[in-house]
Amino acid sequence: MSLDKDQVQHIAVLARLKLDDQEFDQAVQKLSSIVDFVDQLSQADTTGVVPMAHPLNESQRLREDRVTETDDRDRVQQNAAAVEDGLYLVPRVIE
Amino acid sequence: MSDLHLKTLTEIAAGLEAGEFTSLEVTESLLDRIDSSDDTLNAFITVTGEQARATAVAADAARAAGKAGPLNGLPLVHKDIFCTRDVLTTCGSRMLENFVSPYDATVVERLNAAGVVTLGKTNMDEFAMGSSNETSFFGNVRNPWDIERTPGGSSGGSAAAVAARLAPAATGTDTGGSIRQPAALTGTVGLKPTYGRVSRYGMIAFASSLDQAGVITRSAEDAALLLGTMAGFDERDSTCIDHPVPDYSAALQQSLDGLRVGIVRQHFDAGLDDQTGKAVREALAVLESQGAVLSEVDLPNIGLSVPTYYVVAPAECSSNLSRFDGVRFGHRANDASDLFDLYCRSRGEGFGDEVKRRIMTGTYVLSAGYYDAYYLKAQQVRQLIADDFRQAFADVDVIAGPTAPTPAFKLGDKTDDPITMYLNDIYTIGANLAGLPGISTPCGMVDGLPVGLHLVGPHWGEETLLRCAHQYQAATDWHTRCPEAFR
Repeated sequence: MSLDKDQVQHIAVLARLKLDDQEFDQAVQKLSSIVDFVDQLSQADTTGVVPMAHPLNESQRLREDRVTETDDRDRVQQNAAAVEDGLYLVPRVIE
Repeated sequence: MSDLHLKTLTEIAAGLEAGEFTSLEVTESLLDRIDSSDDTLNAFITVTGEQARATAVAADAARAAGKAGPLNGLPLVHKDIFCTRDVLTTCGSRMLENFVSPYDATVVERLNAAGVVTLGKTNMDEFAMGSSNETSFFGNVRNPWDIERTPGGSSGGSAAAVAARLAPAATGTDTGGSIRQPAALTGTVGLKPTYGRVSRYGMIAFASSLDQAGVITRSAEDAALLLGTMAGFDERDSTCIDHPVPDYSAALQQSLDGLRVGIVRQHFDAGLDDQTGKAVREALAVLESQGAVLSEVDLPNIGLSVPTYYVVAPAECSSNLSRFDGVRFGHRANDASDLFDLYCRSRGEGFGDEVKRRIMTGTYVLSAGYYDAYYLKAQQVRQLIADDFRQAFADVDVIAGPTAPTPAFKLGDKTDDPITMYLNDIYTIGANLAGLPGISTPCGMVDGLPVGLHLVGPHWGEETLLRCAHQYQAATDWHTRCPEAFR
């Protein structure tokens, strides 16, 4: 196993994913096999190779910083589970 | 008219123009087909019958008023990854089970403006992560050629719908082969354009540097017809490239005389099913008989494309899918004790196994201490793979080979081992890593199951790919085969 349970637990916390016990055991096993598989990348000699950031090696296009969208808040918030007065509701974060 | 469903997009366009039938008649005929066949196939997540009829009526009226463009009144279906205003857009996930998009994707908007009739939204692997359509929250899709087998994925619903003649054309998306592999496994034509050719705005993101929208059709001619409308610059996608859109249909007729076709030796190594390899070699011989000049090309790093992909794609997926927080849209867990619990449980409940696996893989390769060894390394190897293609395209116009290593496999056969499943995309992933266009066209049958010929071109090489596929289709009839049960 290239990943142990503590590592997988740490990854799940970073990824904000709650896994049940069965899912967790599966994840340890399958993530390990995926990591073992991608480990073959270490064979490649990449000395001096510029990492690819865009498949056509183009740079990011920028635009002028101006308002282009109209306010569509009510419509957009129809997909939220809990809203009030145009605000999203979440569990209490400040005691 | 009882055979309207058998017509290709081009044939429907001609019939509408000649007044042989109306868009409403075609629409009704296909909606009936979907109604009677989709219990078996499960190719659709949503059927938009009411809107389809209204659009068809409007298209017929536009035609009567002399205002019909080339796509006016033509029916198609959208992969459920494309946002469609006021219509459920699930991406095959419980996370978006109830998501009604407030806006249209650019692809949808452009096709709507051209007067197409959308029949519905097709099933897919959850968030496009899968090669067999078995990761969908809405159940797997069945292959019309053998319902015990997969139609491929992730655009499996789109491919199955076109193969079963439930729709003449479908949109799809391709991150590692998700248009081309299902096209190969269902005997349809699948085109993935150059990265940046078609806008990704409103196309739910999986891996943003690899995702590209395209089409699944029954002929190269039909793919050319749709691409012309879908392609082009869009300010709302910052990675969409401002490059002129040629007349793809006009490019089809030129012969293959002198076309330089490269063959990658590694693509015919062990791992390729014998009969599939035989069918592909026969297809290459047809191209040669049509004037193409075959030669061998070397892609020394192509063997690392699958591991490279399984670092880059999960990394981008883990970033993109962080937007699903249970707050603004998507599934939300009940009775969360605090914000952290809300995030973890909403995501834990909303995502399926494969999506969680990819998010976690991506989180790992991007995490402190592992970034250089995995993510940075993979982006360097990706550059090497892209360089290999650049050098190859100095000598050839097209690279040809198999689309997938085997014909459609049985449902459940590969669900236990992610690596075996990932290797299904071994021939298609390279094009995504390098941003290249690719097309799969039917080129044979093995034990009653279709086989695909894969053609990859240089950046912006869609005209050559479509022309090559069209000329091949003019000399063969594999693309016209229809599964017995769906005639």
